[in-house]
Amino acid sequence: MYKVVIDGQPSEVTNGTTILAACEQLGIEIPTLCYLKHLTPEGSCRICVVEVKGARHLQIACATPCTDGMEITTMNERIYAFRHMIIELLLANHHADCFNCSANGSCKLYQYAMDYDVEQTRFEEVTKFRPKDESSEFFNYDPSKCILCRRCVRTCNQLQSNHTLSLKNRGVATWVGLPFDKLFKDSNCVSCGNCVSVCPTGALTTKASKKYRSWEVTKTRTTCPYCGVGCQMDLLVKNGKIVGVEPADGPANSNLLCVKGKFAYRFINHPDRLKTPLVRKNGVLTSTSWDEALDYVAEGIKRIKAESGPDAIAGFASARATNEDNYVFMKMMRAAIGTNNVDHCARL
Amino acid sequence: MEELRVVLSKAGDISPIKSSEYVSVGGYEGLRKAVEAPEKVIEFIKASGLRGRGGAGFPTGLKLSFTANTPADQKYIVCNADEGEPGTNKDRVIMEEIPHRIFEGMAIAAVAVGADQGYIYLRAEYPHLKKILEEALADAREHSFIGPNIVNSGFNFDIQLFIGAGAYVCGEETALLDSLEGKRGEPRFKPPFPGVAGLWGKPTLVNNVETLANLPAIILNGPEWFRQIGTEKCPGTKVFTLSGNILNPGVYEYPIGVTIRELFEDVGGCCPNGKKLYAVQTGGASGNIIPPSLLDTPMDIERCSENGATFGAGDLMFIDEDRCLLDVLENLIEFFEHESCGKCTPCRTGNPQLLALIRKFKNGTAKQSDLELMLELGNVMVGGCLCGLGQAAPNPILSAVRFFPEVFKVNNNYERGAS
Repeated sequence: MYKVVIDGQPSEVTNGTTILAACEQLGIEIPTLCYLKHLTPEGSCRICVVEVKGARHLQIACATPCTDGMEITTMNERIYAFRHMIIELLLANHHADCFNCSANGSCKLYQYAMDYDVEQTRFEEVTKFRPKDESSEFFNYDPSKCILCRRCVRTCNQLQSNHTLSLKNRGVATWVGLPFDKLFKDSNCVSCGNCVSVCPTGALTTKASKKYRSWEVTKTRTTCPYCGVGCQMDLLVKNGKIVGVEPADGPANSNLLCVKGKFAYRFINHPDRLKTPLVRKNGVLTSTSWDEALDYVAEGIKRIKAESGPDAIAGFASARATNEDNYVFMKMMRAAIGTNNVDHCARL
Repeated sequence: MEELRVVLSKAGDISPIKSSEYVSVGGYEGLRKAVEAPEKVIEFIKASGLRGRGGAGFPTGLKLSFTANTPADQKYIVCNADEGEPGTNKDRVIMEEIPHRIFEGMAIAAVAVGADQGYIYLRAEYPHLKKILEEALADAREHSFIGPNIVNSGFNFDIQLFIGAGAYVCGEETALLDSLEGKRGEPRFKPPFPGVAGLWGKPTLVNNVETLANLPAIILNGPEWFRQIGTEKCPGTKVFTLSGNILNPGVYEYPIGVTIRELFEDVGGCCPNGKKLYAVQTGGASGNIIPPSLLDTPMDIERCSENGATFGAGDLMFIDEDRCLLDVLENLIEFFEHESCGKCTPCRTGNPQLLALIRKFKNGTAKQSDLELMLELGNVMVGGCLCGLGQAAPNPILSAVRFFPEVFKVNNNYERGAS
């Protein structure tokens, strides 16, 4: 254990703890843009600087490990001025179209500009912005809003391992692009949307987010119903309707989702959605109760088994059920009905 | 002060390719001595006081000991031959004329830290050196100075040549390692330092060409001999590159502590056509620009920083009275803006802003607030960029504002810098 002092408060941290993590332990908030819990810290945005006693320069909190006896100051005039300058530099290369921006209300750059009293940047715009890419079914990419924190690139490469996003060019001409400068729809993108979830500004936004703002939605933590992994996610609900999904830090998914969890929620309010079981009566599918439907199925199974034996029956389980449900289904087929004719849609 | 050749001793007199000719002038004797007592190499280098010649001046013995003291199944020696600093040509000359001295230095370092593989990271803009180095390496391998069982010692050490892709930032050691690994060349956050986790995560010694070329003579002649040359805190010689408005531009090796005036007047022969000297950029493109009143500054790391000059890689670019300093600064910042890798915010977005501000001074539209903003931004970059590129890029501007305030006219018309 190392002894450290942060803003005058003594604390103990384990070997390898970063300054940022040590600050979190004490409830001290440090601004971050490039830092993400599940990614290797790379210390590129430089906004998380703090003062370490004895060090000539300010140190970045996200990557600098604590050493024994370290004395850290998280806010003073020097730190404030530094962060102010970083925000000004970022704003100079950012299309500050906040009124129209989907990220309005959830934009970290906006938040920090407010926190650090940056009303206007003193710098000129020096970047030539790349054109927008709205080709994806699910999300839009606007490079003019990108602040090059590279969270999306690292998420795509380190976590999703899809290698769709990469950095192109260098210096002020650096941009986040796709292989061979293709559009999202023509690329190897699997539309997992994890890049969208981690974007701190409005550079990567879901198409649906044009029609809601963060303060209009309530969040409900739930488990993704699409498969047995059990990804945790937050449903964003506006006026009783789901308008978006954000990944949560569950044990099974660590802030990631797939295309289904992230984007496939619109069936919920779709007019064609089945809301009750249907039983065919006089040749017409008719809405009925679960009790009636299950009785119908149970009687059918019993009848077929009596007439033709258990092997005349086959069971087909769904990937949308949990592993436990699938196990019980298999038991039902083998033990209760007495057949080995049981399979699963994931084999298709 | 007299020229003294340690690194460039016999350079140009012998074939750069044939190891037999290098041996005939005492070559590979340092390596033979090193393999007899490998445990003493680091002790010797530490005692010699040798400091890195690439620009940062880090004690070489200490660097060797970091790599040596990190246990690992594989270690690497990397020779940083990505000499990208505009106005620096010293490594090119060493590689052109006496590459075996570099191989010998690398082998000595390898024996000391326990590495069996070395890489020379050669800058892409030196294509003619590829042939020289490859042929010299083949010759050294043929005569068992590199390869398996070097000089019959039981040590294995081979060297592979790697050509960069033309990025200045890859002269920064961690960006160099990323590039060597086949990735986009971008500096890594340190720690861990390369000595602990470098190439492919293994302990790696990264040293400049000139630093490595110093090792054979130190091992052969001993640290006391080395300490007699140069200054107390900066022993040894330095290969200086003189360029700009000077009669005899070129690469010259002198003991550290030689004054800028000696290099300018005695070696360089002053400005051509009787022009007056206006300024000197010291240390390289990212070094401080100083006025002629500081010409008596000795070129050693401590004296340079005390006087507001930069030792850097030992470059001196002389600027005569006909030049406009704002033109010079614009050119320098254009270079850094172009070469910034784009990883960290202050370097990526700061350099283009510095350039825009310098252009305001050039076209006479700068206000007092622009001068203040330029200084504020420059200081944020010095203290806040991820690597040396961004940290040093504002140096020319900051030093010019300090020493040549008359150039930064606020709301005034463009004038020649010498006025």
